[in-house]
Amino acid sequence: MRDHPFWQAILVFIAAWILVRWGIPYVPPLVGISSAPVPTSVELQYMLTVLVGILIWVSDNEVRWKRFKEPIRNVMVQPERKWMRVAFLVAIPLLVAFVTYDTVRPKVTAPVGLRSVHPANPTSITVDGESIILEGLENPFRAEGRGDEAYALGLDIYYQNCMACHGDYLDGQGHYAHGYNPLPLPLRGGGTIAQLTESYVFWRIAKGGAGLPREGQPWNSAMPAWEDFLTVEEMWAVTYFLYEQAGISPRTWEEH
Amino acid sequence: MRTTRWMWVAGILGGLGLLALFSPLGAQTYSPPTYGEDFPLIGSRAAIWIVAQTHLMFAAFVLGVPMFAVVTEAIGIWGKDERYDRLSKEFTRLLLVAYSATALLGGLFLFLLVTLYPALFSYLSEIFKVSMWIYAALFFFESATLYMYYYGWDRWKTGRAKLGHWGLGILLNVWGTAVLFIANAWLTFMMSPPSDVTPDTAPAMVQFWSAFANATWMPINIHRLIANAVFGGSIVAAYAAYRFLKAKSDEERAHYDWMGYVGNLIAIGVFLVLPFAGYWLGREIYEYNQQMGITMMGGFMSWLWIVQAFLIGVLFLAANYYLWIGLGRIPGGERFSRYTKWMLAVLVIGFIVWATPHSMIADRDELAAMGGTHHPFLGVLGLMSAKNTAVNLMILTTFLSFLMYRRANKIPTVSWAKTGTITQGGLLAVCSAVVLFYGVYGYFVPTITRIGFSVYQVLWVLFTILAVIGLDLFIMRRAESRGPIRWGQMPERSQYALFILVVTFTWLMGLMGFARSGIRQHWHVWEVMRDTTEHAATPALGYAAQVISVCVIVFLLMIAFVFWIGGMIAKPQLVPDPEPVPAD
Repeated sequence: MRDHPFWQAILVFIAAWILVRWGIPYVPPLVGISSAPVPTSVELQYMLTVLVGILIWVSDNEVRWKRFKEPIRNVMVQPERKWMRVAFLVAIPLLVAFVTYDTVRPKVTAPVGLRSVHPANPTSITVDGESIILEGLENPFRAEGRGDEAYALGLDIYYQNCMACHGDYLDGQGHYAHGYNPLPLPLRGGGTIAQLTESYVFWRIAKGGAGLPREGQPWNSAMPAWEDFLTVEEMWAVTYFLYEQAGISPRTWEEH
Repeated sequence: MRTTRWMWVAGILGGLGLLALFSPLGAQTYSPPTYGEDFPLIGSRAAIWIVAQTHLMFAAFVLGVPMFAVVTEAIGIWGKDERYDRLSKEFTRLLLVAYSATALLGGLFLFLLVTLYPALFSYLSEIFKVSMWIYAALFFFESATLYMYYYGWDRWKTGRAKLGHWGLGILLNVWGTAVLFIANAWLTFMMSPPSDVTPDTAPAMVQFWSAFANATWMPINIHRLIANAVFGGSIVAAYAAYRFLKAKSDEERAHYDWMGYVGNLIAIGVFLVLPFAGYWLGREIYEYNQQMGITMMGGFMSWLWIVQAFLIGVLFLAANYYLWIGLGRIPGGERFSRYTKWMLAVLVIGFIVWATPHSMIADRDELAAMGGTHHPFLGVLGLMSAKNTAVNLMILTTFLSFLMYRRANKIPTVSWAKTGTITQGGLLAVCSAVVLFYGVYGYFVPTITRIGFSVYQVLWVLFTILAVIGLDLFIMRRAESRGPIRWGQMPERSQYALFILVVTFTWLMGLMGFARSGIRQHWHVWEVMRDTTEHAATPALGYAAQVISVCVIVFLLMIAFVFWIGGMIAKPQLVPDPEPVPAD
C-alpha cells in the first residue's frame, strides 16, 4: 500500500493540506517568525494547485497511471465492493449538497472583496492652493540634504498624529488600530511604502481616505486628509521620518 | 408711430435670424459628431472590443504561422527531411483562408471605429495618415507574396529555386512584421503619446516620427513578435492534437503526433523568452508614467496579474506534462522518468509562489487575524523578488524537460561526454543558485535596486540556456541512437495538454491585452483625448473576463472553421519516417 500511487497521492494531498492549514500559521511562530491562518481563498488556490500537480504525477507515466486507477476501477466494477459503491453514491451527492448549501446560505459576515492596496496616484494634486506634479517629485528635505531637520520635525508630527493608529513600532498596531477594518497599514517591511516613491506617500498623507481615486471604489479607509491639519513642509517631514524610522529606502525614480 | 413700425420690422427680422441660426437650414457646414450612436444591446465599447480582440487574435495567427512555416521549411531544406517541408506547406494552406478572416475582421473593426468613434479616428488618421496608406499597400505585397509562396511550393521545389522559395517565406515575414509594427505605433500612441502632445495640440502639429516611435512602441513590437510565434506554434500543436484524436490509421497518428511535438517545441521554446520581453514592456510603461504603472501592477489591474500567473502556471504544467508523457514513446526515455517528480515539485512550488497575491482576498475575521490584507508570513511571496525567482526556476525546469526529451534516445560517442554532461549540470545548478541569491538578496536592498536584479536573473537564465544547448549540440554530435521514437504511441490524454496550451495562450492574449489597454482608464489617448461616453469607466474585472471569454470562444470557433475549410482544399500528404529524431 505504501508504494501504491493511489495512496501516495492521497497522502501527499493530506500532507499538503495539513501544511497549509496548520503548518503555515503555527510553525513559523515557533522560530520567532510571525504568521497567521491562510485565508480560505488562498488555501483553495494552493490545494487546487497541489491537486493538479498530483494528477500530473500519477498520469505522466503509463504504468503509474494504470496502477493509480486500479482502486477506483475496483470500487466501480467489483461485485464484492458493492457496499462501498453505494456509500460513495450517497456520500458524494451529500457532500456536494452540503458545500452548495454552505456557499449560498445567508451569513452575517461581510462579503469578501478585492481591494487595491496601492491605487494609482494622479499626475498632479492641489495642496494649499498650490498645484504639485507628483511625477518625478523628490522629497525636498532629502533633495536638499536636510535629513536631520526632517527627522526631528517628522518624529514630533508622527507621535502627535499618526502613532495612535500606525503604532509606536510603525507596524500598524497602534492603540486604536483594532477599531478599524481594514487595519491601518504597517509601514515596516518591504511590502508597503518601501515599494513606493516619497511623492506617492506624500499624496496619501495629504489626501487621506477621502482623496482615494475613483478607480476601485468604494474604499475602506479612515485615514484623514492631513492637508487640513498639517503644512506641506510638515507632511514632507513626516514622510521622511517614516522611511528613516522603518529603516527602509523609498523607491527612487529611474534615470531617463 | 414710424418708430414703432421699424421696431416691429427689426423684431421680425431678428426673430427670423435667430430661427435660421438654430434651424438645420441655417447650418452652413457639416461638423461630425464626436461619437456615433451607441451600438445596440452591448454598447459601443463592447462591440469594438470584441471585434478588435478577435481581429488581433487572427492577426497573431497569420503573422505567427509564417514564422513557424519558414522555420520548419528551413529545417526541411537543411536537415534534408521532407516531412518538415510538408508540414510547412500544410500550414501555409490554412493561411490562405485565415487571411480572408483577418482582413474581414479588420474591415469590420475599421467601420466600427469610423461609425462609433469618428472623432478619435479622425484624430488618429490626421497624425498617422501616411502610415495608414503604407499599411494598406503592404497588404498587397503580403498577399502577393503569400500566393507566390503557396502556389509556387511544388514548382520551386529543388536546388536554388527552393532557396528562392524559402526567401519568399522570409519576405512574407518581413511584410507581416512591417504591418505589425505600423499598427503597433497607432495603439501605443494612444497609450504613451509624446510628452509635448497635450489636449490643445492640433493633430496636424504632432510630429509624425515622435508619435510613431513613442515610448512603448518597440517593447510592444518585440513582445508581440515573440508572442505571435508562440501562438502560431500552439495553434499548430492543437490542430495536430485534433487530427491525432480523429486519426484512423497508425500512419496518420504518427504524423500528427510528430506535428504536435514540433508545434509544442516551437511554442514553448519561444515562450521561454516571452516573460523577458513582457518585463521590458512593463518597465517602460512604469517609466513612461508612474500612475499607469501603478494601476497596472499595484492598483486596479493587479488582480489580472494573479490570473495571469495562474494561467502561465497552467502553461508550464501542461507543456512539461506533454513532454514527460512523451518520454514513454522514446527508447531510453524511462531513465529520465524518475526525475520528473522532483521537477514537478519545483513547478508546483513555483506556481504557488507566483500566484500568491500580495494583498489577499479575505473575510473580516481572516483580515483581523492577518492584521490587514498582507499575510505576515506569506506576504513575502507577494513581492516581485519571489515571483521573478519562481518564474525563472520554472523556465529552467521546462528547459531541462526539453533537454531530457532531446537526449532520451541518444548515446553520445564523444570521449568527453561525461565531463560535458557534468558541466551542463553545473551550469544549471550555478544558474539556479544565482537566481535564488538575487531573489533573497532583493529583500534587503531598495526597490529600485531590486528591480535591477531581475535583469541579472534573466541574463543568467538566458546565458545558461544558450550555453547548455550549445554544449549539447557538441556532445550529441555523431551520437548513436537507442532506437527510433515510436511516433503515434502517445496516450490520448496527452493531446488534451496541447488543447489546454492553445486555449490558455488565447485567453492570456485577451486578458493581458485588456490590462495593457485598460490602464489608459478613461482616456482614448492618454491625458490628451478623454473618453466622454457612458462607457468611459474602466470595466470591472468580472465583466472584462466575460467579454474576453466571448472573444476566445468566437476566435476558436472561427479557427476551427478555417481548419475545416483548409481540410477541404487538399488532404495532407503523410510522409512517414522510420527514424525521426528531434531536430538538432
